[in-house]
Amino acid sequence: MKLTIETTEDIEGTGDPWADGGQLSYRQLIWRRFRKNRMGVIAGALLLLFYILASGADFFAPYHYNEINMRLRHVPPQRLHFSLEDGFYVHGLKSVRNPESLELEFTKDMEQRHPVEFFFKDTDGKRHLFSSAGPMFLLGTDRMGRDLLSRIMYGARVSMTLGLVGVFLSIVLGSILGTVSGYWGGWVDNLIQRIIEVLSAFPDIPLWMALGAALPPGWSSIQIYFGITIILSIIRWGGLARQVRGKVLAYRESDFVMAARAAGAGHWHIITKHLLPGCYSHIIVIATLAIPGMILGETALSFLGLGIRPPMTSWGVLLEEAQRVTVLLHYPWLIFPAVPVLVVVIAFNFLGDALRDAADPYSD
Amino acid sequence: MRERYGLNDPLWKRYFIWISGFVRGNFGESFEYKREVDELIWDRIAFTLVISVGSLIFTYVVAIPLGIYSATHQYKWSDHFLTFLSFVGMSIPAFLLALSLMVFAFDIFGVPLFGLFSSYYEGAPWTWGKLGDLFKHLWIPVIVVGINGTASLMRIMRGNLLDVLGQPFVQTARAKGLKEIVVVGKHAVRIAINPLISILGMSLPGILSGSAIVSIVLGLPTVGPILLRSLLNEDIYLAGTLIMMLSLLLVIGNLLADIALAWVDPRIRYE
Repeated sequence: MKLTIETTEDIEGTGDPWADGGQLSYRQLIWRRFRKNRMGVIAGALLLLFYILASGADFFAPYHYNEINMRLRHVPPQRLHFSLEDGFYVHGLKSVRNPESLELEFTKDMEQRHPVEFFFKDTDGKRHLFSSAGPMFLLGTDRMGRDLLSRIMYGARVSMTLGLVGVFLSIVLGSILGTVSGYWGGWVDNLIQRIIEVLSAFPDIPLWMALGAALPPGWSSIQIYFGITIILSIIRWGGLARQVRGKVLAYRESDFVMAARAAGAGHWHIITKHLLPGCYSHIIVIATLAIPGMILGETALSFLGLGIRPPMTSWGVLLEEAQRVTVLLHYPWLIFPAVPVLVVVIAFNFLGDALRDAADPYSD
Repeated sequence: MRERYGLNDPLWKRYFIWISGFVRGNFGESFEYKREVDELIWDRIAFTLVISVGSLIFTYVVAIPLGIYSATHQYKWSDHFLTFLSFVGMSIPAFLLALSLMVFAFDIFGVPLFGLFSSYYEGAPWTWGKLGDLFKHLWIPVIVVGINGTASLMRIMRGNLLDVLGQPFVQTARAKGLKEIVVVGKHAVRIAINPLISILGMSLPGILSGSAIVSIVLGLPTVGPILLRSLLNEDIYLAGTLIMMLSLLLVIGNLLADIALAWVDPRIRYE
């Protein structure tokens, strides 16, 4: 990849970016076009950052996601202050019992200051990027006094990988069946196409709900995770298979495939060496554009209580708490997990759009 | 007990008994409500239809003009703004939009915008007043369900129109000295709009799904909430019938979209 960048910059230095276009490989052309789309690059970088944060949640999050503080329920987000002697700090909390609702309400205790420590060592001896000896909830806490910021970071693990794994499954399923369908044609093609049509005749969320409800209640978190992933990808492979089939159909009669066949190449060789490489860029684009749908699907399912189940946490599980308007009016910060959902989904859409524009470098 | 529900029969036989009853309009009995399923679902399906058709109309009425505007102002800041807006619109989950609208409305009007009727008309017989009340409540779910579709449809309309505007016959029209509004309105849009009709069938699943989940958040008397309840309570006859009905609606919608396409575009022929 490094080499590509250098080549590109050299050529741009000559003033005519297309001067050596013929000598660059297909991949280099794609990369070069992709880099021109500023929104796409920003989106890609943002997603990379999110994945790093999610994979290192043990270190980046100030607390563990299941650390319960029954005395600190529904603490509003605390503001981060800065002073020269203490560095970053948050004020302490004073709790007052509301005479009407009998709920504890929290206000700032101006006297107390809990400085934020970087590379904080908690009681188990684990390091955190930043945390504090006193309570520090930058995004507030939920109904069990768990830090929302940490839960969002841990939730990203489930929400963001689920889309990837699900898309990977539908790519495998979709490209195998799409290739088979397009390459052999005949009744196989007919059968596969009818199956895709039947699948696409179901409205997806109600069907997902039904399948999600059918997952056995005794399953462990990991089993549920994969169960939901499989449910989400069962419906989505159809579109991909269609696209791959179309491409394979077009290439099957092309000269280079004819030549390969005349030279005595087997089916396997033709498919893997001549047909699939032509579909790669399309598959990647479709996959990128399918990920947000999966993330939203998981969020919606978990939001309804049919998806990921606690103690595992995902953005949908976090939003489930914000389901009722009365709760939201009292504790508006519970809606905050919606922000990463939105950002990630928008970023994937921009990235997919940029990839789609870049995937066809020989146009215009 | 097992005898009564026929649980000793093999799976295929039980399915066959249910499906043959389904075709004849006998959907079985709901375990939870202790009533026949078909007493429970029809008015809910009717409301689902009202909301879905409403959002479909909203989607097309809003998306087409915006798409045309965006295409004719390509790369101006208004086009960039609309593009960004459509990306946000495509990305925001319907239930989140519903939630935030509800909180918003509660803040402004002070009343929860829950359900499809005011409490005064709830359970009352149909009158003009009740119908008016229905329309007063209908706009929120219609907009919320329609937003996702509107955003993507707008993008498609923009792309189509840009393709058509680059074609030689548009140039000819301009060269003849026709006004820009005639060129776009009479020549280009007429062609660019055709694919949108075939998309009509494709956008139906999204709208039905959206209406299901939005209804759950907003507490509307449509298929969504009762489906969720039946799934959580393992009320299988009710759940099965509802999913079957939604799929049927979808298939019928697809058929209508195909017919509409053949009717609008005389070049399309089905053998």
